[in-house]
Amino acid sequence: MTRQMTGAQMVVQALIDQGVDTIFGYPGGAVLPIYDEIFQQTEIKHILVRHEQGATHAAEGYARATGKPGVVLVTSGPGATNAVTGLTDALMDSIPMIVLSGQVPTFMIGNDAFQEADTVGITRPCTKHNWLVKETDKLGDTIHQAFHVATNGRPGPVLVDIPKDVQFAKGSYVGPQQADTKHYAPRVKGDIDAITALAELMEKAQRPILYTGGGVINSGDAATQLLRELAKATGFPVTSTLMGLGCYPASGPQWLGMLGMHGLYEANMAMHDCDLMINIGARFDDRITGRVDAFSPKSKKAHIDIDPSSINKVIHVDIPIIGDVGHVLEDLLRIWKSRGRKTHKEGLAKWWTKIEEWRAVRCLSYKNSETVVKPQYALQRLEALTKDRKDRYITTEVGQHQMWAAQYLGFDEPNRWMTSGGLGTMGYGLPASVGVQVAHPDALVINVAGEASWLMNMQEMGTARQYDLPVKQFILNNERLGMVRQWQELLHANRYSHSWSEALPDFVKLAEAFGAKGIICSDPADLDDAIRDMLAHDGPVVFDCLVEKHENCFPMIPSGAAHNEMLMGDASTEDAIDTKGAVLV
Amino acid sequence: MSTLKIKKGTSKHSAYDLKDPNADIIETHTLTVIVTNEAGVLARVIGLFSGRGYNIESLTVAEIDHEGHTSRITIVTTGTPAVITQIKAQLGRMVPVHEVHDLTEEGPSVERELALFKVAGHGDKRVEALRLADIFRANVVDSTLESFVFEMTGTSEKIDAFADLMRPLGLQELARTGVAALARGPAET
Repeated sequence: MTRQMTGAQMVVQALIDQGVDTIFGYPGGAVLPIYDEIFQQTEIKHILVRHEQGATHAAEGYARATGKPGVVLVTSGPGATNAVTGLTDALMDSIPMIVLSGQVPTFMIGNDAFQEADTVGITRPCTKHNWLVKETDKLGDTIHQAFHVATNGRPGPVLVDIPKDVQFAKGSYVGPQQADTKHYAPRVKGDIDAITALAELMEKAQRPILYTGGGVINSGDAATQLLRELAKATGFPVTSTLMGLGCYPASGPQWLGMLGMHGLYEANMAMHDCDLMINIGARFDDRITGRVDAFSPKSKKAHIDIDPSSINKVIHVDIPIIGDVGHVLEDLLRIWKSRGRKTHKEGLAKWWTKIEEWRAVRCLSYKNSETVVKPQYALQRLEALTKDRKDRYITTEVGQHQMWAAQYLGFDEPNRWMTSGGLGTMGYGLPASVGVQVAHPDALVINVAGEASWLMNMQEMGTARQYDLPVKQFILNNERLGMVRQWQELLHANRYSHSWSEALPDFVKLAEAFGAKGIICSDPADLDDAIRDMLAHDGPVVFDCLVEKHENCFPMIPSGAAHNEMLMGDASTEDAIDTKGAVLV
Repeated sequence: MSTLKIKKGTSKHSAYDLKDPNADIIETHTLTVIVTNEAGVLARVIGLFSGRGYNIESLTVAEIDHEGHTSRITIVTTGTPAVITQIKAQLGRMVPVHEVHDLTEEGPSVERELALFKVAGHGDKRVEALRLADIFRANVVDSTLESFVFEMTGTSEKIDAFADLMRPLGLQELARTGVAALARGPAET
């Protein structure tokens, strides 16, 4: 069945047919026909952001909090170029996102027209795929293909560039069923021989570890359940990357905490000393591996990934399994069970004894203060006062606060933690919190932020106010670019080149200017009450938490070091090693 | 399967491994890539190579199936075995890419390149150029009293060799198409 309609009508119809209920966007000359159609319908809610970058991060937050693709609508030229950071962010973190951009009319393309940019050229390396649609007849089909590509295989962002004359012209619309999507069909089932080989290794392993990542969450709820079943049935310890937090519950007995550069001591030591590493939906990122030639030298490694290019890219593995985490785990569990559910009980018991020794180091301990709010303390109190909320969603900006949030906040469910991992985009958290709150209007949505990151997209407070989104902006304000400062201290002999701001705004007044509530807190004794005030307020809040200005984030695997060469914080190392920043082991 | 060999050499002062850990064995491979002939597909492939720092020694592209809208891209690239494997995986996951074949690895193949040589000169040099062209089975496709344009088809090495011989004899210009290649035998690649 094809129907005649204008290109602009097709856009709206295709979104409805794809089950889209919310889009994030910003109008402009080259998308006016589409906005005119949006005006005349009620099925799709449009959230007007304040900057196109905000739209992309909001869509990312929406996607991660729902498991559905995020949809963005922007105009040509600057509208599209402003979306580039969000597209790149979504590509690095495998977030399904569809960006629809307006373009100058086809007959003006190449003439340097007003607000013309080579959008498909600019976004080619930062999308999974993109399309310039020059004929209205192909528009419906292309949008359905875009959704198919964004959500199948390794998820990612796509862009459809739609010239204005294509939006005005009439053409034939095809629905999702008729769309030509057959040619893109990534393999989801893993190779059974490889899975069986892994099951064999699991039976013999004395020091195994499950190294999980964002791929588990992207694979869906079934994958999360299967991972939990696998962990429970085998008794193997579980760690996760920044992107995978929540796929195994932080309150679970086998949870070692996050691994990597600012990961937990026990997680990194277990990765280093294990004899079987099972990578499930992670990609051996350089923040995880540290020095690659010293990465987990004694282990056999299996790698489950839907993207063949992730296999052997950074670390050579013994058992590559190309497939979807959910499908592979299902087969793995079935095969392992059918072979008698065997594990090396004795070896495992010794392994856990060793892990308990590492846990006893208590790597997250820090020197607290009665006069200054320590950032770690602020997050511990935030955790204590919110962890019982089943509907708590956390977004972050990028930097020290992000790593502390990953260390001190616990996630028992997937899709509750939204952060910019691969690209490390400062300015991600506030718009992402907006997107999450749009998806879950009654939930508790907190953006754990640093003041510098937060200022990068603070205009989105206007969006929060306009749509009555009660997002809580929990800003750990050290008046510094904390992570930059930390690296300058560790690597550049305390030369703090441009890593602080001498002209910060009054965040309480700023909150009030946006029509939000502002709270300031600088005394640890007042912190609990201040957090309760924030939680009790029915509306957006900007919480300016003035924290210790020179705190460093530990543990830390310094660059170029191995997992067993972690730097620990002062408090936990002063007994074992007396010099600051000493190298453990 | 190629093995990934890791060398020491990570900088202590950067978060990134600045040295290529596999910079030991460099191989040359000829890849053939079947793609949908859509706008921008060549830019995508080239962008992949430049964006990820892979080498292109030669690249040719033309539509091979008008009905099916498919083109064949033949790429000659160099890299360590790990890099070559990565290039194939990166090409293979691109949406408009249908097939990726490594002709160097998959068995015997024929590789040919076409080249045009403009050689100008007088007297003995002119005679010698024509004599060598005959030996190399190059055709004369244009001739004036002081110049020839030779056309030659062959392996890249043969074209290199002929160009080296023509240089002292008055080689003015050289145009090469890049490598086209197919697997030997009846099977389709």
